[in-house]
Amino acid sequence: MRAMSKLLVADLASHWKQGVAIVVLLMCGVATLIMSISTVRSLEASQDRYYSRYAFAHLWAPLVRAPEVLLDRLAQIPGVVRVSGRVEKHALLDFPDMLEPASARLISIDRDPQSEINGLVLRSGRLPIVCDQTEVVVSELFAQEHRLKLGDRIGANLEGKHEDLVVVGVGLSPDSIYLVQPGMILPNNRLYGIFWARKEKLSAAFQMQGAFNQVALRVSAEANVDNLKKQIDAILEPYGCTGVYDRQEQESHARLRDEMRELRTMAFLSPAIFLSVSAFLVHMVFSRLIAMQTEQIATLRAFGYSAVEIGLHYGRLVSVWITLGVALGIGCGLLLAVWLSEIYRMFFRFPEILMIWFGWEWILAVSLGVAVALLGAVSGIVRAMRLPPAVAMRSAGSQSAPAKSVTQLRLLGYLSPIGRMVMVRMLGNPWLTFFSILGMGLGMSLLILSSFMEKTIEYVLDHQFSRSQRQDLQLAFYEPRTQGGLHEVQQWPGVRRVEGYRSVPIRMRNGLRTDRLVLLGLEPAPELFRVLDQADRPIDFPLESGLTITGKLAEKLQLRVGDLVEIDWLEGQNRSIALQVERIYPNYTGPAAFLPKATLHELLREGDRISGLFLSIEPQDRQQIYRRIQETPAIAGVTDKHAALVNFRDLIAKSTGWMRLINGIFATLITIAVAYNSALITFSERARDLATMRVLGYRGSEVHRILLLELFWTMLMAIPVGVPLGYLFAYALVERLDTQSHRFPFVIDPRTIAYAITVMLAATLVCGWMVIRMTKRLQLISVLKVRE
Amino acid sequence: MSNPKRTVFRALQLTKSYTMGDVQVHALRGVDLDLDAGEFIVILGASGSGKSTLLNILGGLDTPSSGSVRFEDHELTGASESQLTQYRREHVGFVFQFYNLVAGLTALENVRLVTDIARDPMGASEALALVGLRERESFFPAQLSGGEQQRVAIARAISKRPDVLLCDEPTGALDVKTGSIVLEAIAKINRELGTLVVVITHNAAIAAMANRVIYLSDGQISKIQTNATVISASELVW
Repeated sequence: MRAMSKLLVADLASHWKQGVAIVVLLMCGVATLIMSISTVRSLEASQDRYYSRYAFAHLWAPLVRAPEVLLDRLAQIPGVVRVSGRVEKHALLDFPDMLEPASARLISIDRDPQSEINGLVLRSGRLPIVCDQTEVVVSELFAQEHRLKLGDRIGANLEGKHEDLVVVGVGLSPDSIYLVQPGMILPNNRLYGIFWARKEKLSAAFQMQGAFNQVALRVSAEANVDNLKKQIDAILEPYGCTGVYDRQEQESHARLRDEMRELRTMAFLSPAIFLSVSAFLVHMVFSRLIAMQTEQIATLRAFGYSAVEIGLHYGRLVSVWITLGVALGIGCGLLLAVWLSEIYRMFFRFPEILMIWFGWEWILAVSLGVAVALLGAVSGIVRAMRLPPAVAMRSAGSQSAPAKSVTQLRLLGYLSPIGRMVMVRMLGNPWLTFFSILGMGLGMSLLILSSFMEKTIEYVLDHQFSRSQRQDLQLAFYEPRTQGGLHEVQQWPGVRRVEGYRSVPIRMRNGLRTDRLVLLGLEPAPELFRVLDQADRPIDFPLESGLTITGKLAEKLQLRVGDLVEIDWLEGQNRSIALQVERIYPNYTGPAAFLPKATLHELLREGDRISGLFLSIEPQDRQQIYRRIQETPAIAGVTDKHAALVNFRDLIAKSTGWMRLINGIFATLITIAVAYNSALITFSERARDLATMRVLGYRGSEVHRILLLELFWTMLMAIPVGVPLGYLFAYALVERLDTQSHRFPFVIDPRTIAYAITVMLAATLVCGWMVIRMTKRLQLISVLKVRE
Repeated sequence: MSNPKRTVFRALQLTKSYTMGDVQVHALRGVDLDLDAGEFIVILGASGSGKSTLLNILGGLDTPSSGSVRFEDHELTGASESQLTQYRREHVGFVFQFYNLVAGLTALENVRLVTDIARDPMGASEALALVGLRERESFFPAQLSGGEQQRVAIARAISKRPDVLLCDEPTGALDVKTGSIVLEAIAKINRELGTLVVVITHNAAIAAMANRVIYLSDGQISKIQTNATVISASELVW
């Protein structure tokens, strides 16, 4: 076998270009898969570790005020492992350079807050010292937004009393990974943060000595959570508890859960498509390569090598490339996973990342990919070995006359000989042409798959923030106010339009299915905050319209029009009512429920109250309006839509942007590898004709036209193949991204298609240029001396 | 050969050497040669004698290491790649041992490949008629015999009315009978169009067809023989 080993080296050397294409294809497929799976597994493991190490609670119960002795009673309930009672209050902050009102949630901490339930992760600085009652630890994102340093002082309004708080530390906690100010829709880390202070301090400031208003519990794994909830509810009800809720209803966890689910979908589906496509392309390259080796195979067989030995030779050739491609893919994938995990760690604010290097899913996926790729080689070898030696002695070059069906095409009559050469070869080898087109089409579909989400997100943002929510500012009051508040704001200079809304936190129940959300009471025909139906038409809320819910909520609670649904008020009144679902509107937003404002007042047994305002303003008066807001003590918070939009785009870019970028790079590489391989095949099959033409007096540029024309036609025909495939893959992804909290529309922007075509055109041109360089080096004489 | 002598090629002290691996190969070692218009030249030599190298240099496919070669008033030595392409395009017809037809094109289209870019070509059908293949013009190479394919190649080469027809072992892949039909076609072109024909071969029998026979050995001209009488291809004894 020593001679065969030498032949192996020689074959590797002479086919290094095809080898590069195969290695790149496999590398890209394997790397995306390993990167995605390792990143998601690492993030999930890091989240688990974060949750367990810092004792993320299983249950929460907000209440008005309860004595601390009650905590012992709660701890004695079978199934409850730990209980923690806290004081949680809101305070308005005073930043002299800020016009918008910033506020903080103050959370009490005990002596050892790091090992408490929802433990405090100290990122820098130290914990507040008991005797100094003005010290606080500030949440990391808020500290970053305000560039807070240790020792900085922040003015705060604690129940009407002004006090300076001193920043002594920066921290995190597992229950506030995602933080949204109550009454607001989007997070704004500049306007809202968490301050941890000593319990003694908060108890004194808010007259809560010996009491708590928030309880968090850890329960044992085998505990019946629904049963526990009922028992805790019963104990806490007299203390103004508005209902125990679990992790699924906890805002930070629910958002993180959805983000992770999206990431997981993107991490598994896209790479699965990538790997299948690249394995298929490797299969294509292999079978073509082997087909072109017919002569060598025939010669070896003539020398007396057995079919098995020949199979082994090509098997080894193929294994070298596959091993190289898979090894590089695993290496690149793991490196990228480390890098991406760090980016996500910062995004999700996990204290540390636990890298998971190894997963059975990727072993399975890589083996499958390799098997598909190998199949290409095996089918090629088997086909070549089955050829009778006499036939095999003829090379794979198309010696036979083209089929009549091709040559009798009238179209050919209109073409120049060069045009005919291109067309006859393409039409005369329909399978080869088909696979070249399919290959490029698949490359293109990956380009679409890796880039369409950006435009989809833009579409959703446009839908949400331009067509649906047309307000510039949303103001939230501390307490519901009379319509007087609306009239007052309407008088402010620069305010174009004001709409009041009433929002009430509720829990909606349908049997065992529940959801905590905000019920929004709207004017009969809102102009600013509009709810749109599937066709983007605004929905009216006339008095008789009853309860309107979004498609997502209906799905989550399994509700149909006409169903009765239980509603628990989570604000102030401790009671429940039953309402009939009147309308369900499927749209892109998450679970939401709406009532005519007047109906809501009736149900709450209150007068014409508003929880906040939607404002449309003159852009030039923004500063002045902010000043007015600052001077109005009743306003607890403000959301600037434009700032929120910027913030949200940034969030999206950070969360899935990098993964999409890397997938985009891999898709481009795959497209280049496919185009390159097509160019190589064309070149190797054309070399003799091209050399002949050069000898006959054709100029280099004229000869190049043949190659470029063929490549260009292949690319052109790949567009109608790649676009539908891209749509198909994108559709599959969007379907999988349909989570509990939201759904993405299936829209593909024409710019995405234009981008894919541009990249493919560029790849084709680059490969064309590489092939042209090869023709320039073509040894005219030696090519002509070879028998066809 | 009734025309007054007009020198088409003049080669002076041509040498060509190249390295193959560690070995320096001297393919031509000082060749002086004049070839005249209308001549039928046969260059004879064993494998490795340098005859193909000489033909390639004359045809503008290769350049000499030293010495000079002129084609009429064109200096081929030191000509650029594009000048050589232009030279081949306008003046040279090639016939190869393995025909080198484009498989996807019919006989007629293969000829049109050349007439399309030539300055003053004859009709493609006319060229095929000259080699007796008019009725086969719509056949693809795979549908023609070896001899027919070679005649298509000859038609393709002469369709541009070249000044010189360079043939590299034109009968090398053919049997005797077919070979003589091909040679007859070449002789006919020489006779009727007055084209200078250079045939390289290791088949000594063909020498009898030539006006002059140039013997190459080890990169040098060992002998030039002028034939007083020229016989036709059909009279050759192989």
